[in-house]
Amino acid sequence: MTGLSIESISMRFDLPNGGHVQALQDVTLSLREGELMSVLGPSGCGKTTLLNIVAGFLAPTEGVLTLNGHRITGPDAERGMVFQQGALFEWMSVRDNVEFGPRMKGMDVNQRREKSDHLLDITGLQDFKEKAIYELSGGMQQRVALARCLANDPDVILMDEPLGALDALTREKMQGLVLKLWKETGKTIILITHSVEEALLLGERLIVMAPRPGRIHREYRLPFAEAGVDADLREVKKMPDFGVKREEILSMIWEMEEEIMGRTENA
Amino acid sequence: MTGIILLALYVALFVAAMVGVGLVTRGREKHDFTALKTVTFGDESAVRPNRIASVISVLVIFLLWGAFTGSSITPIHVPGPFVGEGGFSYTARDAAGQEDDAEVRFTVHPVGEAVEEPALEEGEGFAKNDVGLIGAYRSELFRVVANDGEGAEVIAVNGQAIAPGETVAIENGTVTMTPRGSLNVAPARGFQMESIWLPAPEEVVAAFIDIAVNGYQNFTLFEHLGWSLIRVLAGFVLGAAVGIPLGYAMGLSGWFRGWFDPIVEFMRPVPPLALIPLVIIWFGIWETGKIVLLFLAALWIMAIAARAGVSGVNITKIHAAYSLGASKAQILRHVIIPNSLPEIFTGARVAMGVCWGTVVAAELVAAQKGAGMMIIAASKFQLTQIVIMGIILIGLIGYGIDILMRKAEDWLVPWKGRS
Repeated sequence: MTGLSIESISMRFDLPNGGHVQALQDVTLSLREGELMSVLGPSGCGKTTLLNIVAGFLAPTEGVLTLNGHRITGPDAERGMVFQQGALFEWMSVRDNVEFGPRMKGMDVNQRREKSDHLLDITGLQDFKEKAIYELSGGMQQRVALARCLANDPDVILMDEPLGALDALTREKMQGLVLKLWKETGKTIILITHSVEEALLLGERLIVMAPRPGRIHREYRLPFAEAGVDADLREVKKMPDFGVKREEILSMIWEMEEEIMGRTENA
Repeated sequence: MTGIILLALYVALFVAAMVGVGLVTRGREKHDFTALKTVTFGDESAVRPNRIASVISVLVIFLLWGAFTGSSITPIHVPGPFVGEGGFSYTARDAAGQEDDAEVRFTVHPVGEAVEEPALEEGEGFAKNDVGLIGAYRSELFRVVANDGEGAEVIAVNGQAIAPGETVAIENGTVTMTPRGSLNVAPARGFQMESIWLPAPEEVVAAFIDIAVNGYQNFTLFEHLGWSLIRVLAGFVLGAAVGIPLGYAMGLSGWFRGWFDPIVEFMRPVPPLALIPLVIIWFGIWETGKIVLLFLAALWIMAIAARAGVSGVNITKIHAAYSLGASKAQILRHVIIPNSLPEIFTGARVAMGVCWGTVVAAELVAAQKGAGMMIIAASKFQLTQIVIMGIILIGLIGYGIDILMRKAEDWLVPWKGRS
């Protein structure tokens, strides 16, 4: 069996004051190979917790995760991760960052050099290969993070708000790059975001999660990612269905946020 | 009094230089971005050190030092001690109630210079004239009535009545009558410092040249300073070699953290100087004792720096490394250690500073060679010029160490503060 399967995951932990938190309740999902899924939800809905469980950084209290048939018990190179920021190694050049995974595996110098050259070319960093990380802008740093993740050739790429810290223009460019890389590499990608537009653009599947306890609220299948591979993303956003879906999801999340606020005020 | 004059002069020079340089450089300020800032009070980045002020500051120190020590390197001096011939007259009354005047003549000479007493002419009457020598900065007791016959006593100096305990001002000095009727003559001291309190800059330079050429207390200058540095390096290297792994262990394992926390937190605030007596009892006063002391001075600082370096690793970097397939050993080698280098360098700079201070103090207590030994030995012989030379060298070396550490830091940790 190929693909990622998440079966009845729950996550519950105690608090120091004697209470407990039900971060996730009975989450079941399965992703086939090459699927692009975005996850959306109000803050506190457990989407980052879910991603960390898939990455293997957290263990669920109930349920089983499998990737290509074997259980996930901890972090592994088969599941690459792209973080919002701060995950690059400042003491290494751009190239050394990209080559980190292959180097840890013991790949020989020429092979990994070829690999990093290729990835830095397709991420548009050909002129920055030997630069230090701190000499790059935020957008370029995220390109490095993408290239570093791809260099390891993972089966699944997990993205935790990878474009969240970028300005609007850079963000739009990077969304195009993510789609391009998805199509070219055929990787399974799970992308967490706060932006409804980004979730619509970068998800064949879109999952909206609800908080307290964290659970899957709704699931969509969307045509926009496929359309965005070849077309201008701004054109995609003008599609009539795009606006309708955006409004629908926005008001859904808005309601959840209102409910959380109400609950906190009453508590 | 000298202190107040010195402070007033220093403040005056500070203000004069500030106003003067301000006037001279007006209209010639840089026209860079900072110059366009209207808010500079409170904006630290807009406060740029005025290098002219730094130069003048150092010059002022030497100017005042020279001016108050009669140095040849400065053109102007505050008044020095009176040197030359002086005198006063006194009135004596003998047992019969007769009064007679006589003269006292004295020569004030720099101490150590051979001079002849002024010629004595006894004069007329029962009160005979007196002569004497007085060293500059010193005073001299004159028993002026000793040659004036039985029962004579002084009743006035320069025509002014005087009684035991009273003082009369004379030209270039004062005369005080002691309880036993002698006259204590104190020539004016001026405002300059005597060499045994504060030697002139050139005396310090001369001491430096002398010790650099001839050595001091059986060791050359190079050996004295070199031994201090070797002790510091040995103690620091040992402290870092134990402290850094200890700090890493404390940052990576809960058991290590729990076990060593009370020890490290207790030992850290104990000043190394407070350990000197115990270290001497345990290890003696020779090299072992000193290196153990410096080891202890560096150990806790380095352990805490390494622990902070590990705690300071952004968890996303660790997560990223794990999902890139790195093993624990690879993460330690390629992520944790490089990431903790900035903290370790900060710790190393502090530790080197503390070690340098501690080694000097330890050498003050007991040593045969070393920078601290040099100045404590010199102070026992009142060789103030060597003491000051030693302090200047200790300061310069400490400053040099810090500069080298900073250079090494820029070179090895170029990403510091830029992530």
